[in-house]
Amino acid sequence: MQELLVISGKGGTGKTSIVAALAALAEDKVLADCDVDAADLHLLLRPEVESVNEFYGSSKAVIEAGRCTGCGRCIEVCRFGAITKAAPVAGGENSASGSRGSIVQVDSLSCEGCGVCTMMCPAGAITMKPNLAGYWYISETPYGPLVHAQLGLAEDNSGKLVTKVRQEARRLAEENKARLIITDGPPGIGCPVISSLTGVTLALVVTEPTVAGWHDLERVVKLAGHFKVPVTVCINKYDLAPEKSREIEAYCYDEGLTIAGKIPFDADVARALVNAVPLTACSRGAAANAVKAMWDSLLVRMEKIKMQ
Amino acid sequence: MLVTVASGKGGTGKTTIVTNLALALARKMPVQVLDCDVEEPNAHLFLEPVFQEEEEVTLPVPEVDNTKCNGCGKCSEVCAFHALAVAGGKVITFPEMCHGCGGCAIACPTGAISEKPHRIGIVARGQAGRIDFAHGKIDVGVPLAPPVIRAVKRLARKEGLTLIDAPPGTSCPVVAAVKDSDFCLLVTEPTPFGLNDLKLAVGMVREVGVPFAVVINRSTLGDLRVERYCRQERIPILLKIPFDKRYAATYARGKCLVEEYPDWVPPFIGLWQEIERLVSQRARATGN
Ligand code: SF4
Ligand code: SF4
Ligand code: SF4
Ligand code: SF4
Repeated sequence: MQELLVISGKGGTGKTSIVAALAALAEDKVLADCDVDAADLHLLLRPEVESVNEFYGSSKAVIEAGRCTGCGRCIEVCRFGAITKAAPVAGGENSASGSRGSIVQVDSLSCEGCGVCTMMCPAGAITMKPNLAGYWYISETPYGPLVHAQLGLAEDNSGKLVTKVRQEARRLAEENKARLIITDGPPGIGCPVISSLTGVTLALVVTEPTVAGWHDLERVVKLAGHFKVPVTVCINKYDLAPEKSREIEAYCYDEGLTIAGKIPFDADVARALVNAVPLTACSRGAAANAVKAMWDSLLVRMEKIKMQ
Repeated sequence: MLVTVASGKGGTGKTTIVTNLALALARKMPVQVLDCDVEEPNAHLFLEPVFQEEEEVTLPVPEVDNTKCNGCGKCSEVCAFHALAVAGGKVITFPEMCHGCGGCAIACPTGAISEKPHRIGIVARGQAGRIDFAHGKIDVGVPLAPPVIRAVKRLARKEGLTLIDAPPGTSCPVVAAVKDSDFCLLVTEPTPFGLNDLKLAVGMVREVGVPFAVVINRSTLGDLRVERYCRQERIPILLKIPFDKRYAATYARGKCLVEEYPDWVPPFIGLWQEIERLVSQRARATGN
């Protein structure tokens, strides 16, 4: 089984539009959306959700008010500043409810779940509670099955959720005897991207011809090199700044990277997006043709990698 | 005042807003730009600061003294991040997984664990004309952005305006950037993606509890659903920047709108005045 991962140093390069366009061209595949922070692929593929599953991330510290003596030991040992003295209640009295409230409080947004406070609390007032951090889904789309997810707001652990989505996509691909997984990767080069890179057949890096685009491309190529994943490049909207495109091509040549495709700026792309359909399913324009040509070259490249 | 510019997703024009707002205001008041998009800091490509200082950001990771260690395995048991393993009576550490919480050193009964700093990135600061500039950058392959973001934010000044370029998304790195801000600007575009990501970003800022408003970039390249959503949710839209091939080319060359099209200076100053007004309105409402 092969896995094509589509990434971009940064969001907004048109990565998801390209994944959707490839999804409409490829046969016999499973799709995975690993952009768990802000999953968008479903907007273009109109999935019908078949199963909804809970995802538990790291635990969070919870303080039992009745047991806490207010000694402040936990505040000292928490290196993430997640525990603070509780603000005195305005007016000084809320005894109507019968509770004085806790003397210290945990800011769950800052808590990294290390558990050090539970070890150090002399009163045994702190416990770690599993934290529902998001959901992952298996859906059916007109272009094949899709595994996707949504991380809860302000949650960490997107790396773990990415790993979960990839595991499920593999399982589904094996079950369906699919030959290929196409993965819409997360943006950036941080923990979710690292989780999405390991063991993929080929990474297609989508970039755009801007100063920033080139800069981001370099960082993500380095990252892929770090994990020994073969890379090929797609320059999106290459004709918006032809001189920058040439610089990127020269850089790729120097680094020994192939260019899988150059997609022209084409108003059909925005139109496809607004109408929420994959470009290759609704347009015969210049961009759609370029994506089709790119798909052919990606197939050849993956075939070659398999032979090695 | 601390103003963070964020977006549900990258590529919506956060850096464009930060750099243009900074340039437009720098003549009138002290402005500081902190690029907290530590995975891919880009603001320096536009503001071209001269960097004067660079500092390493480190986390304290465990170092095991093998002469004291008895291989009991307590350290790996308490580590919530699987950054330690005991194999064949010996401790193996994985510094790239370590959050530097200090739990293992506390748990070790023999006092075999001490801590040494492990580099995860850098913070660089300098001057871009009148603008005081700093950014953070995580080392390639390091999965932990928040400590580097916090290191950049420690440089925030009290006087004037400090603008933070936040990382994209809605998870822990963004929260680290948005926390403690006086105001948050959410940049979006008028497409189904833009709307989807905006809704997530709005949920995130509400969770963090910071007042916010929206800027629509490439406002002519899409539909009206984003505006309709903002109206329903009573979220002010403070600025719209239309799509224009000339602007795209300006950006591609690493130049700023207000430099090449001075007509854009007043709208950015107006954007700032609106932010000030909304912040003081909120301060009055909450009695601060
Ligand atoms: S260490 Fe325990 S008893 Fe002391 S303040 Fe914290 S929770 Fe309360
Ligand atoms: S679990 Fe760790 S991060 Fe969370 S409050 Fe306790 S010591 Fe702080
Ligand atoms: S410092 Fe914390 S995260 Fe690092 S190895 Fe020790 S217990 Fe694990
Ligand atoms: S807890 Fe201390 S003694 Fe036990 S295995 Fe870890 S380092 Fe060695």
